[in-house]
Amino acid sequence: MEIGLVASILSIAIAAGTSLVFATVGEIVTERAGILNLGVEGMMIMGAVTGFAAAFHTESVAIGVIIAMLVGGAMALVHAFLTITMLADQVVSGLALTLLGSGLASFLGQRLGPEGMPLVGQIGPRFEKIALPFLSEIPLVGPSVFHRDLLSYLMYFFVPVAWYFVYKTRPGLHLRAIGDSPQTADAMGVNVFALRYVYTVVGGMLVGLGGAHLSLSYTPGWTENITGGRGWIVIALVIFATWNPVRAVLGALVFGGVNAIQFRLQAAGTTISASLLNMLPYILTIVVLVLITWAEAFRKRVGAPTALGLPYMREERT
Amino acid sequence: MNIPFSFKLEKRLGASRMLGVFVLLTSTVLALLLGAVLLMVFDANPWDTYKAMFQGAFGTPEQWSDGQFYSITETLVKAIPLILTGLSVSIAFRMLFWNIGAEGQLVLGGVAAAGVAIWFPSLFPGLPQNSWVYLPLMLAASVLAGAVWGLMPALLKAYLKVNEIITTLMLNYIAILWYQYLFNVIWKDPEGYGFPGSAKIGEFAQLPRFSGRLHWGIIVAVAAAILLWIILDRMRWGYEIRLIGENPTAARYAGVSLGRNIVLVMFVSGGLAGIAGMLEVSGISHRLQEGLNVDYGFTGIIVAWLARLNPWGNILVATLLAALLVGGDQIQITMGLPASVALVLQGTILFCVLGGEMFTRYRIRLLRNVRSETLIRNEEVGG
Amino acid sequence: MDSGRITVVSANNMSMVKLPVAVEMRGIVKRFPGVLANDRVNLSIKSGEVHALLGENGAGKTTLMSALCGLYRPDEGDICLADGSVGGAKVVDIGSPRDAIQFGIGMVHQHFRLVHNQTVSENVILGLADTPLHLDLKSVGGRLLEISERYGLPVDPEAYVWQLSVGEQQRVEILKLLFRGAEVLILDEPTAVLTPNEASELGNTLRHMCAEGKAVVFISHKLDEVMSFCDRVTVLRDGRNVAALSTRETDKKALAKLMVGREVLFRLDKSEVAFAEGALSVEHISAFNDKGLSALHDVSLSLAGGEVVGVAGVAGNGQRELAEALTGLRKVTSGKVCVNGQDVTNQSPLRFIRAGVSHIPGDRLGMGLAGNLPVSDNLIMKAFRHRPLSVGPFLSKTAISQFSDSLIEAFDVVTPSRNTPARNLSGGNQQKAILAREIATGDGSGDVGVNVLIAVQPTRGLDVGATEGVRRALLEQREKGTAIVLISEDLDELLSLSDRIAVMHAGKIMGLVRAVDANMEEIGLMMAGEAS
Repeated sequence: MEIGLVASILSIAIAAGTSLVFATVGEIVTERAGILNLGVEGMMIMGAVTGFAAAFHTESVAIGVIIAMLVGGAMALVHAFLTITMLADQVVSGLALTLLGSGLASFLGQRLGPEGMPLVGQIGPRFEKIALPFLSEIPLVGPSVFHRDLLSYLMYFFVPVAWYFVYKTRPGLHLRAIGDSPQTADAMGVNVFALRYVYTVVGGMLVGLGGAHLSLSYTPGWTENITGGRGWIVIALVIFATWNPVRAVLGALVFGGVNAIQFRLQAAGTTISASLLNMLPYILTIVVLVLITWAEAFRKRVGAPTALGLPYMREERT
Repeated sequence: MNIPFSFKLEKRLGASRMLGVFVLLTSTVLALLLGAVLLMVFDANPWDTYKAMFQGAFGTPEQWSDGQFYSITETLVKAIPLILTGLSVSIAFRMLFWNIGAEGQLVLGGVAAAGVAIWFPSLFPGLPQNSWVYLPLMLAASVLAGAVWGLMPALLKAYLKVNEIITTLMLNYIAILWYQYLFNVIWKDPEGYGFPGSAKIGEFAQLPRFSGRLHWGIIVAVAAAILLWIILDRMRWGYEIRLIGENPTAARYAGVSLGRNIVLVMFVSGGLAGIAGMLEVSGISHRLQEGLNVDYGFTGIIVAWLARLNPWGNILVATLLAALLVGGDQIQITMGLPASVALVLQGTILFCVLGGEMFTRYRIRLLRNVRSETLIRNEEVGG
Repeated sequence: MDSGRITVVSANNMSMVKLPVAVEMRGIVKRFPGVLANDRVNLSIKSGEVHALLGENGAGKTTLMSALCGLYRPDEGDICLADGSVGGAKVVDIGSPRDAIQFGIGMVHQHFRLVHNQTVSENVILGLADTPLHLDLKSVGGRLLEISERYGLPVDPEAYVWQLSVGEQQRVEILKLLFRGAEVLILDEPTAVLTPNEASELGNTLRHMCAEGKAVVFISHKLDEVMSFCDRVTVLRDGRNVAALSTRETDKKALAKLMVGREVLFRLDKSEVAFAEGALSVEHISAFNDKGLSALHDVSLSLAGGEVVGVAGVAGNGQRELAEALTGLRKVTSGKVCVNGQDVTNQSPLRFIRAGVSHIPGDRLGMGLAGNLPVSDNLIMKAFRHRPLSVGPFLSKTAISQFSDSLIEAFDVVTPSRNTPARNLSGGNQQKAILAREIATGDGSGDVGVNVLIAVQPTRGLDVGATEGVRRALLEQREKGTAIVLISEDLDELLSLSDRIAVMHAGKIMGLVRAVDANMEEIGLMMAGEAS
């Protein structure tokens, strides 16, 4: 395989992976707190449309990003309220969020353009690629890894920070505790309810950021169904990454790379269909999930937050 | 901060059906109000919009007196797959098995039916090419395909305890990608003129229609609802399913086998979704092409949930949601508004119901705090 | 809180130096709906001693200690803590577990509060307010090792909790308290989950702690441990103080008598019945509990038809697992279970039902009933597979209605209608419904009728009238030839209903006596671990 091929695959993988990484880390954080949020697709696409619309009208990508994050956070807040306080079913609430988000995004996309026109086809500000001096000269990977836009660089910085937060800080310890054993955490004085709210909203903000990357860098611009089901890939990625932010990058590169490989292969005229390759991430996820669940010891070492998806209510003596 | 009052959530004794319906109604009204706000923000008249949606879905009195029932038939056409996926999800959820994979099961059902219609004539030239032979064959094939797709996560859960939310979800996308591969590549219509899709299925494989596009599938859908009702309300097996869903421990103690039931129920659940796929292919599109599923699987979850997993409720809710969707399509034409308005309304209704749900299950009591007692879990000695 | 340096040679030695009182509880009263859990209870705990709190289930031990560690506030009474000056004390208000820790009081519960996916160090500092932002697990580990050395609690700070044995996990719980500066540690039935080796190691740990001036409250019902680990013991019964003595001044027999106490009040009239032997034959069964520890050890029982064998013992000594093994809900690792000569060992619950075994579970709503389903649906849970309730694969609604109505009437189940959700019924009526279901058979083919009835706490939580009804129903079954295994914490009930009584302790049957010959002392001793 020529170097050029590797480099270009890597480049596309990182480009495609950036939004995935942000969204995945966001969902990791939410699930670590014990809340399953299946509304990723909805939050992501809302982040994309509102981010682009905001950037378009203000000519500022920064504002676009901020708006996208706020929107993602607001949507996650609804989910948090319904599932934590109103004790609604987490699966249904997440699906409702996706449904609403997708529909609303499509609606807004038709109306948030200049003077109420559709946003489709509009050219707006975007994140430009910036070559890091010296680093981008490194042979083989330089151009791919160090000639990217601001959000990708943010990602490089963000992931280790996220990892550090979850595993090496006191609030990270509490985060893991409320997802593994909310009763214990509650008994030890950790405020389970409040923290679950916080982390669900933070997760939503990161997903919104992922969406913003799609419309402000990757595509760029707005098209119907810009996320193309990435939200579901994110949910798969969280498991594939075994709830570890650093592994999320690996997974995102793999999933993003699959896209890239598929482009390349089609361009080279091979007959393997894009569809078959695209199945790989999903199949891999099932395999990983089965492995995780099956090997008891494996699960305890690497696995899911134990109380994921279960509502927590303080039991009372009646 | 010393608050003299505190709230306490008490579980309600016995959910009242009336209360459930009440919550559903108020939630719908609330959602319509919220939708109205959204519309007004974007300079659309809510009343006109809703009226247009209603007429788009059901037609106008003028049309009715003319004998023109096109709108209603369109609504029913859309309701058919929703009824079936709703039923599919309902029976699975009754047993606390979260089947999020109706989408994929539907698609593969359609694939199987199309496969039979397209390939059997050449593979089995001896088979008479009429509807009496082919339609049942296609039906059986779709049931089998959907059932198998539903069985896989069922087996994983029953024997390896793997979380079915994720497996059914992932299998959706695998199924969809597969079916895209099929109609784009392997089964691509040689006479397709570049339009992606499979060959058209023969007349003998097409479901006859009543009026407009309304096809015989409606009978199948209603029959499926009746069948489900019979199972759940009248059969031993239905009793076992309900028991597992209400209290798995008690079910086990009564000798009801959990593993066996997971498998059986998912066979039925997947099969129902598969039928929906067959009906779409055989009744509407007449070929395998993009848009077979259109989120029917996910919307089916909404239908099932709003219908409280009740078979008759499924028919009602499916029709109403279908009306919403068809109405939404129509306002694109009549009012220049995006069809996504319908999706937004759907999502909002669902959220309002979700929030209102709590009131059907819990009662809020206001307590005067004389002394704040922190009651935390009491440990049993020797437990 | 400063407990001062005390010259104590050994914890078991009432030395001439008067140990300062660390905690004094005076006149504690705690009421719950329908029950007076603590009735003017006094407790005095000195620094440097291991103080046992002895009593049966329901004696009020846990309630009292819950008040001490902040889970409840007592309705009346005072809690006094030493205030550092010689002989001085102050009345304190302990409003939450956090308060309690501030005062230096902490409890190790029976159900550990540990996060299994995290390390020992992480568990220890969870929730601690003054940890820095950056987790310095190394220094936490260092401090932990110091403490563990000092008190004889060897543990690896970097180990994950799921890797630890139960005994080690308990040490982590103790370390959590010591790390936070607890001076008074309350251990709730600590040896319930330990092997004998681990238990004696715990004893050593306690001695270390007392040598360092800590006070330990040891809640237990096991007399040999009380005698060997503890310096003094307070006995509670029915929510009241019965005695407070030094262990040197007493022995197990005396303690057992104090613990169990009264003479039997009444015995119901039982006729002599004689049916065939071997209705239920349990031979040398052993089984594990949910945590993988041995719950049943070489248990053997043999019941004739019409015989009631009561199983006595403090809850948690294997009774639940025994009931589950006898109904197909738990696998035994060795031994045989036979019903009327038919080997049903380790078969499914359905096979047990088919062999004629009925089960009244201890947990009404958890296992016995589906709360949201109507009463009629609950009543048919056992018989629904057969005629006339079902015809082929279909249920016969009319037959079900008739069946439900007849059961409701026969057993006097008070319910607005047969369609009322089961959870709406009162506890007593729920129990009657369960009883009705288990005892009545759907006459018809298939089942062999009720041969064996396993009843677990059948009158728990019921009022006098309901209790009477249940007991009478059990005796009726006895007369019809049903072999009944009656597991109960109510000794009176066992004595009046049983023909023979087996006493369980730590998964073994300590002894089997005829009810007419039973005396309370002997039973009390067996319950507390002394073989007869």
